[in-house]
Amino acid sequence: MITDFGIVWSERGLLLSGLANTTILSVLSAAAALLLGTLLTPILMSRQRWLAISARGFVDGMRCVPFLLFAYIVYYGLPSLGLRFDNWTSGLVALTLYNAAYMAEILRGAWAAQPREPIEAGVAFGFANLGLFRRIVLPPLLLAAGPVIGNQTIQIVKDSAFLTIIALPELTHAASSIQSRHYVPFAAFITAVFLYWGLCLVIEAGVGSIDRLAAARR
Amino acid sequence: MDIGNVLDVAGVSKSFGELRVLTDISFQVARGETVCVLGPSGSGKSTLLRCINWLERPDAGQVYLNGAPIGVSGAGVVMTDRELSRVRTGIGMVFQHFALWPHLTVLQNLMEAPLHVQKRPKAEVRDEALALLAKVGLGDKRDVFPAKLSGGQKQRVGIARALAMRPDLLLFDEPTSALDPELVGEVLVVMRELAREGMTMVVVTHEMGFARDVATRVLFMDRGRVVETGSPEHFFSAPETERARSFIQRYAGDVAGIRQRSAINS
Repeated sequence: MITDFGIVWSERGLLLSGLANTTILSVLSAAAALLLGTLLTPILMSRQRWLAISARGFVDGMRCVPFLLFAYIVYYGLPSLGLRFDNWTSGLVALTLYNAAYMAEILRGAWAAQPREPIEAGVAFGFANLGLFRRIVLPPLLLAAGPVIGNQTIQIVKDSAFLTIIALPELTHAASSIQSRHYVPFAAFITAVFLYWGLCLVIEAGVGSIDRLAAARR
Repeated sequence: MDIGNVLDVAGVSKSFGELRVLTDISFQVARGETVCVLGPSGSGKSTLLRCINWLERPDAGQVYLNGAPIGVSGAGVVMTDRELSRVRTGIGMVFQHFALWPHLTVLQNLMEAPLHVQKRPKAEVRDEALALLAKVGLGDKRDVFPAKLSGGQKQRVGIARALAMRPDLLLFDEPTSALDPELVGEVLVVMRELAREGMTMVVVTHEMGFARDVATRVLFMDRGRVVETGSPEHFFSAPETERARSFIQRYAGDVAGIRQRSAINS
């Protein structure tokens, strides 16, 4: 067993590059998903009925599709429609779109729970449209939803493991390669699990600091 | 219409579905006046205030600020959000539940709209905001978040925030109703001071003592109509309608209480 971990250690370069790729994938798609979700939220809350219904359709639809299946569709399915992405682009697009739906729903929920008066004060003081959303509505939303957004980011990290099926060289893919090369499944996968755990701890720490910002304002 | 008036409300009506909230409300407010809007709960006072800056869109009638129409431009065309925003910056509003922006410090609350709506220079806005905070007695709270303030302090920030816009008109929507009784005085002191300085104000309130002492004119509303209007002396000593008489009677104890409180405060 100890020698198994020795073999994994000898392949540490591969594992670390997998960890780096997982980190890059997660950070990029979490940021993009949050941005996209932020744009979707006011549409979900829109009084223009058809806009709201379309956004609602996207959000609900996306949340009902298993991520693995969605990744398959983006990588293997879209080329038959003439849309062909490499595995990195496919992975990023799939993670981003899928999680944007969750981010939008998280922010919408937080919005619905906000008191109405401060937003009304924003309107009364002359804020409108994008300025109202960006300066008055959104900041308290992000503070209130911080922990849930952090949770969703952890979900993104874990979802990114599915992208091994489209041969993206992320952490699970690296662990998988090591085990098939040396036949050390337990050591390889357990090491990957600990690396995922470490990544999630970093995210938790980030959430903690957002929470401290929010607590000062509560 | 008299150009000398800061505010002119002409025949405003408003319904929410079947419910008629305001019926044909008309009144003017001259520069430097403090008009107190009184009346039982549900008489439409807050809705009237919200129709003035078009937080609620009136169904009929017109509102003018310094002679210029609010909400609709000349030919009856409804203003765009941008045009409406510009008009609204001339009207400060103070809310019942303070409505401060929770993610900003006290000083940032004051500077937010002057910087990002009025686009005034930062140094000037900051100096003015600091002076306003000193004026409402909260100079030491500038870097505190609203959540850490008492209700009375929050409302004084609310008033300073409205003043930071250099408005021509201040609207107060029951500014002391959400406060613990012992905190009401500190807010009323600030409002008295503003009235004395000649700020033009429309105040929806249940503080009869304040109305009696400070108002230049009282507007008494009941069931969506202005039932009586006149000087506070006349209104409180010789109300003309039965509804006003029973309203004043109900609040008589309150007036005495406030008299005592303001005596302590001054």
